[in-house]
Order: sequence, then structure tokens, then C-alpha cells
Amino acid sequence: MDAQNLTYLFVFLSFSLYIGIAIWSKAGSTSEFYVASGGVHPIANGMATAADWMSAASFISMAGIIAFMGYDGTVYLMGWTGGYVILALLLAPYLRKFGQFTVPDFFGSRYYSTGARVVAVICLIVISFTYVAGQMRGVGIVFSQFLNIPIFWGVVVGMSIVFMYAVLGGMKGITYTQVAQYCVLIFAYLVPAIFISLMITGIPIPQVGLGAEVNDGSGLSVLQKLDNTLIELGFSAYTEGVKSKIDVFAITMALMIGTAGLPHVIVRFFTVPKVSDARKSAGYALLFIALLYTTAPAVGAFARLNFVETIHNTSYTQVAGWFKSWENIGLIGWKDKNQDGKIQYHPGAPFEGKPSFADDRRPDGSREVTNTPTESRNEVYVDRDIMVLANPEIAALPAWVIALVAAGGLAAALSTAAGLLLVISTSVSHDLMKKTLAKGLTDRQELFFARLAAAVAILIAGYLGIDPPGFVAQVVAFAFGLAAASLFPAILLGIFDRRMNKEGAISGMACGLIFCFSYIVFFKFISPEMNSANHWWFGISPEGIGTLGALLNLAIAMTVSRLTAAPPPNVVALVDEIRIPKGAMTPSNSH
Amino acid sequence: MRGEQDYWKANLKLVAKLLTIWFIVSFGFGIILVDQLNQIPFFGFKLGFWWAQQGSIYVFIGLIFYYVRKMKQIDRAFDVSDDEDE
Repeated sequence: MDAQNLTYLFVFLSFSLYIGIAIWSKAGSTSEFYVASGGVHPIANGMATAADWMSAASFISMAGIIAFMGYDGTVYLMGWTGGYVILALLLAPYLRKFGQFTVPDFFGSRYYSTGARVVAVICLIVISFTYVAGQMRGVGIVFSQFLNIPIFWGVVVGMSIVFMYAVLGGMKGITYTQVAQYCVLIFAYLVPAIFISLMITGIPIPQVGLGAEVNDGSGLSVLQKLDNTLIELGFSAYTEGVKSKIDVFAITMALMIGTAGLPHVIVRFFTVPKVSDARKSAGYALLFIALLYTTAPAVGAFARLNFVETIHNTSYTQVAGWFKSWENIGLIGWKDKNQDGKIQYHPGAPFEGKPSFADDRRPDGSREVTNTPTESRNEVYVDRDIMVLANPEIAALPAWVIALVAAGGLAAALSTAAGLLLVISTSVSHDLMKKTLAKGLTDRQELFFARLAAAVAILIAGYLGIDPPGFVAQVVAFAFGLAAASLFPAILLGIFDRRMNKEGAISGMACGLIFCFSYIVFFKFISPEMNSANHWWFGISPEGIGTLGALLNLAIAMTVSRLTAAPPPNVVALVDEIRIPKGAMTPSNSH
Repeated sequence: MRGEQDYWKANLKLVAKLLTIWFIVSFGFGIILVDQLNQIPFFGFKLGFWWAQQGSIYVFIGLIFYYVRKMKQIDRAFDVSDDEDE
């Protein structure tokens, strides 16, 4: 069978599995729908959290970003794993003890006000939709490249699957499909990585292969060879970054505390039976995540090396098939500036903007790029998102590996999309309807609203995936900046500062939020031409501004809370209560 | 209650210790001291680069599992554990 038929087969098999699980685990009550009745085993929850967390960005984009950023890619590797240490040590056990359904529940009770709950709901919805748009784009890319299905139908199929198990099964359905999706995605990620590591270094463990000698007789290690090759072409060394130290620091910190403040991750810890299970399950989650995250730098380095060696100074007529197939869907563009018929790869953009193509092809079959060329010697435009997907083809791996990667990419995108859609729907049905607008809802009515909200959220997400706003990539900075500057400090203070009151928490969240929002909007949308290190405050880019926002939030919350009335005694008692593991209850809608 | 305050102090002490290690391996070795550590070769890696892209993540996992074990002991010592059945 060829790669395309195998891909159909793998995608069909994995989707059947997800639907089967959805039917088996249909939710009957709000407790099952919101938190799977708090009965998920810590290892299963660790896998589900890992799949929930590792999105299309982790699976499809991250290794590609690292491949092109080298050392600077560290911000994602440490930022998206180190956050779990904070989550495990500072948040997860206490939030589990608190024992409610949603993250805004915590804000509503701890800060004894509907205002705090509504602010939390707004942050949560903005963060989650930002994220979902990226997942649906990932689904669209996989379908259009591997199955030749138009992006529209690809997204429709993806949406229907998520609809099946999220709307029917709620958290229970999502949890067990995510366990299956974790297995699919990690297998799909590791198999090509092991193959490529074997081919380049002869060592089957990618984490070790990254430091090993290349088996071409040069006696150089992978990283040395990559450094040499890139410097020769005019790039900076792979193992040394170009970002300033303070910016790397700030971005890493913002991603870490942003991770710890992401509602769809936090809510996973509401599903385990006990406080000690919440701690354990954070450990397992990071273990499962680290399997992919420690492999990614190896995948990135191997991919960059293979990429350079396959295309640089190769004539278009000789170049490998993957180059042409990605060129066909417009994610690679080649402009033969020196008219020698060969592809030259150097630093800098080859032409202005994303490639637009003329209708007719050039005599050698390549697509004519109509953009204005730049001064640089570089002739190749390449979308970073294609590296992981193209890797098996670049390394000429068997067809079934290519099919596997497609199924893995879909698993990663769908699992995260489902988790996000669930937090959106629960915050609408539970926090906005039941707790704010329509307090008299019965359990059955609330469950109906939860399903309705999930269905509407899926339609919006699908629309964003089919017709993505041009700024999807830019708004990712929003998601982490917002979570870092608003939700994280307020939760942290709610647990560790007994004196924190609603005035402090709300003013802190508002200032952190407005500060980050203005900074990002200014540099990304109002004056993008000023978006460079000499205009940034303290040299911190919009991606890392969440760190300053969080500090600002903490400082203002502490000051305001000390100048206003202490929280009521029952709230102080609640704080004392969540600090003690003993007596964790399974959430139910009765209290 | 006296016991609960001591429990909370023991908890904070452990968390502070572990977060210090968390900070040193990631921000310390991986970012602030990366250029100095990069002078040292380490199994084909530059040491600073290894800490940034591999080592820190392994330590993160170790930290959480150490915390799980240690907290279990502290929970039992102060009789606030939620594992009555074990």
C-alpha cells in the first residue's frame, strides 16, 4: 500500500477507537461530565494530561521551531515542562482539595464574589479559543497534505469526531480518549525519531544520538557538524542563540507560569480521587510529556541537518519529492535569484512576506514566486510547521511511518481541542449559567447547557480552523501572557496568602491583564515596526511580558489587600481547609 | 491548631528547597551560566546546551516524584494523610 492509503487506514483505525471509547463512556451526570466523577487513576490522568497539554503546536510545530532557532528553542523546552513543577508543588494538590468543578469556581469561592468568577471566566474563554484555533489549523494541514482532502472537509471530519466524544462523554469520554490519543501520538513521534537517529548516528536513542558522532566518517558530533554547516552558510551557530539572555529568561518564565495557570491543564487535576493522587499525577504527566520533549531537540537538530544537506546546491530537477509536494501546497517557496537552476539556502528571508505563486510554472516545473525578492542570497522560504511532518519523507522512511505521523498529529490536535472545548463549555454552563445567570437550574438542565455550549464552541472552533484570522500565530503570546499575568498569581495568592482579599486579587488581575494586553497589542498590532529589542522594556519581548505582568499583579494584589478589609472568617477557614490533604471530597452538585 | 501550622511550615520548607533546585538547573545552568558551562564538553554536547535542552527536564521529573514521596511522609507524620487505607 502507498503512503496515502496507509494514512487513510491509520486515521480510520484511530478515529474508530476514539468513537468506540466515546460510546462506552457516555456521561450521565454533571459530575461525570465535568470531572469524570473524580475517579480517574493517577497514571491514566497523567497520560490524559500529557495528551491534553501536548497540542498540534508541541507535536507538529515545536521540533521545527527548535530546528530553526537552535539554542533559543530552549524557551519552549524548559518553559513548557518546568511549569509542571510549579503546578505540582504550588497549585494542583490544593485545587484538588478544594474539590469543585471548574477553575472559576475557585475564584468565586476564594474571593467571595461573582465579579472574580466572571473575570476568571473571561480570561479562560479568551485563552482557550486562542488555543483551539491553532489545533484546528493543525488538523487542516494534516488532512490537506496527507489525504488530499480540502482543509474545509478535514476540519469538518475533525470537528465531528470531537463532537462525538466531547459532547456525549464530557470529561469522562475525553479522559479515556486522551489516554488512547497519548499512546498514538507518542508512538508516532518516537518511531521516526528512532529511525532517523539510527540513520544519522547509529544510536537508537534520540536523546543520546543528539550528542553522538555522525556516522559519515567525519568524526564530528551531530551538534558540531550542524554548527559548522550553518556557520559556513552564514547562520549563527546552532548551539548558541541570538536572543538576549534577559529575553530568554523572561519568555521561559512566562511560559512556565502560564502553563501552570492554563485552565484546561488545571482542571485535569480535579478528576483524580485524592490530593496525594493529584501530586502523583502531575509527576506522571511530566514524565509522559518529557518523553516527547526530550526527543524534540534531537528531531529538530536531525531535521535541520537533513534539510540543509538535501536541498542546498541541489538543482530543482534533482531535488527530493517532499520539496515539491510541500511547494504544491505553498508551505515551501523557491525563488531562483541567481538563475542557476539550483536551490541556495542561506540566512534571511528570500522575499517579502509569505509566497504567492503565478499560475504558470517555470520550465523546470517549479512554481514561479511573484513576491519582491530581498537582497539576501537565500532562495528558500520554508514554513517551520512542516519539519516534523516532512521529516519521515526527508529521511526517506517507509510509507507506514509517514502514515503514523499523520495519525499522531491528528491525535495531538484533537486531544487538546477536546480538553479546551470542555473547559469552555463547563465555564459557560456551570459558571455563567448555574452560578451567575440562572441559579435554579437542575442537574439535567445544566448538563443540557453544557452539551449545548460544547456544540456551539466546536462550531466556532471549526470556523476558526477553516478561516483562521491572520494573527493566530501572534495571539499565542496572548494565551500564555494572560494566564501568567492574571490567573496564576491570583490562584497562588489564594492558597499561600491567608490575608489576600477580593479587592487585592481583582485589582491585581485587572492590572496584570491590562498591562500585558496593552504591551502585546502595541508591539504586535499598533506599531509592529517598533517590535525590536531596543524599544522593549528591559529588553523583554511581547512573548515574555507575562513575567513582568505576573510580578505587577503580585505587587498590586499584596499592596491593595493590606490596605483594605481582611477576608471574612469563612474564607480564611476555607484556605486552612485546602492546605490539609485529609478529607478530600468527590465533587458533586449538591453543595 | 498547632499541628496544622507546623505541618504547613514543613511543607513550605520542602517546597522552597525544591524550587531552589528547579531555579538553579533551569534558569541558572540553562540560561544565566550557559556560556561558561558551554566551555565544558559533555557526551558530545556543550554542557550548558545539554542542561538547557535535556538535563533540566530530567531534574524536573525527579523533583516532582521526590516531592510526592516526601509529602507522603510529612502527611503521615502530622496525621493529615488522605491514604487511610494504605
